[in-house]
Amino acid sequence: MIVGERKPVAEILEMTKGYDKIYVAGCGTCVTVCLAGGEKEVSILSSLLRINGKKNGHEVKVVEGTIERQCEREWVGEMKDKVRDADAVLSMACGIGVQLVAEMYPEKPVLPALNTTLMGFPTQHAVWLENCRACGDCMLHLTGGICPVSRCAKQLMNGPCGGSQNGKCEVDSQTDCAWALIYEKLKATNRLDWMSKIQPPKRWDIAGYGGPRKTVKEEEVVS
Amino acid sequence: MKAGSNLEKVLEKGQFAVTCECGPPKSASGDVIRQKAKIIKGKVDAANITDNQTAIVRLSSFAAATILLQEGIEPVMQVTARDRNRIAIQSDLLGASAVGVRNVLLLTGDHQKFGNHPYAKGVFDLDSIQMVDMVRKMRDEKKFQSGEEMDFPPKLFIGAAENPFADPFEYRVPRLEKKVMAGADFIQTQGVFDVERFEKWMAGVRAKGLHKKVHIIGGVIPFKSLGAAKYVKSKVSGMSVPDALVERMKKASDAKAEGVKIAVETIEALRKIEGVHGVHVMAIEWEEKVAEIVEESGLLPRPVA
Repeated sequence: MIVGERKPVAEILEMTKGYDKIYVAGCGTCVTVCLAGGEKEVSILSSLLRINGKKNGHEVKVVEGTIERQCEREWVGEMKDKVRDADAVLSMACGIGVQLVAEMYPEKPVLPALNTTLMGFPTQHAVWLENCRACGDCMLHLTGGICPVSRCAKQLMNGPCGGSQNGKCEVDSQTDCAWALIYEKLKATNRLDWMSKIQPPKRWDIAGYGGPRKTVKEEEVVS
Repeated sequence: MKAGSNLEKVLEKGQFAVTCECGPPKSASGDVIRQKAKIIKGKVDAANITDNQTAIVRLSSFAAATILLQEGIEPVMQVTARDRNRIAIQSDLLGASAVGVRNVLLLTGDHQKFGNHPYAKGVFDLDSIQMVDMVRKMRDEKKFQSGEEMDFPPKLFIGAAENPFADPFEYRVPRLEKKVMAGADFIQTQGVFDVERFEKWMAGVRAKGLHKKVHIIGGVIPFKSLGAAKYVKSKVSGMSVPDALVERMKKASDAKAEGVKIAVETIEALRKIEGVHGVHVMAIEWEEKVAEIVEESGLLPRPVA
């Protein structure tokens, strides 16, 4: 899933300064599951905005609302009435949701309340590990289901660097060395010979460095 | 001869090679390089010019290598994949060859997190193995990484690094083999303190016959102080420093002299290992000790190519 975390309160207060009516919009999918931008978080942030308004003698009208998904047009369309009545939309969705709301309501300022941090899964309650960068050329079938693009600090393709020690990454002693994990996995499953082959340079153009990407499923496109 | 460098000649003649490290300054002062050049002249076969080591911005390795050439010292220009993509690396290598640089050491590079610009975007378009493969194809097949042809290829003796002290240990020989397959002509290893582990690694290297396909140059780092020994032991990832060495540094009345003594002993031990074709002395910001270490090791005078 897409994981995010709420921006510092001071930053949110700064960007919402000057708006009298704010629609705090939650998203019911990824950011709800990662405890960043669902109904509960919308309620907490809305209270913070109201309290801050009172404290500064500038009453702010805050409207709460969480839709199923801010990354789909149908759902975002349902935000229409609340958006119309607000001076600004404070979206608690990931960056994708924020952008779709902004695109569909071009006349309204749409502000991000979260920082979108990564794509990954939880390793324990409230801890998420990045494990996909959407590089556009998945190699997990070769690497034992462990992604070196998202999990190796240098995005190496040919095994661990000289900084791998005791299974940990030189960049952070709390972080597993992805290549140490890959090595152990391939060894355990009798596929180590792959590690002896030179892997050619990766195509980074399709990994996002070739300009904005677009995915088209031709047969489904209605022209 | 692949590139005709002095280092290549020394190694191909079967002489025990000596290289050292020459770190460029954190400033625009070419005089610092010239000064270091004077100190090491005649003491080594070639000197490595580091490329923003530990991700700290320094005078560029290309420029510093050029200064070394002017001073009559053969450079080993280090190039990392951290700050440059395949376009920039190939371009720099064409330029380096054009001005007379004949040795390169191709490295992935220390992560930018350790340097003085930790917020920088790391490039890592290629890894070290892919770089070696690319440069060999440029030199031997006159081809760019893209496959496009060139009419005048670079003349470079290709070096790579290997760290026998990193993990997983049993992958360190297969990884070296990959670098050899990719086209490495010589290998400079991480600093050796744990001779026992190094010997074990070399046994694996010999078992695969790799010592006959690539020149292995063992790294030696003299400790400047007890603090330095402790730092390397505990803070640098992928290093193995036996307790006994730290203990020796602790007990020494003259820590600097002890550091030099340990380095000389290490060189002596490395020379006895079959397949080790030279030593690489990394006296970090202590280049003035290189001569003493090389002299004490009985490796002077250096052969004239």
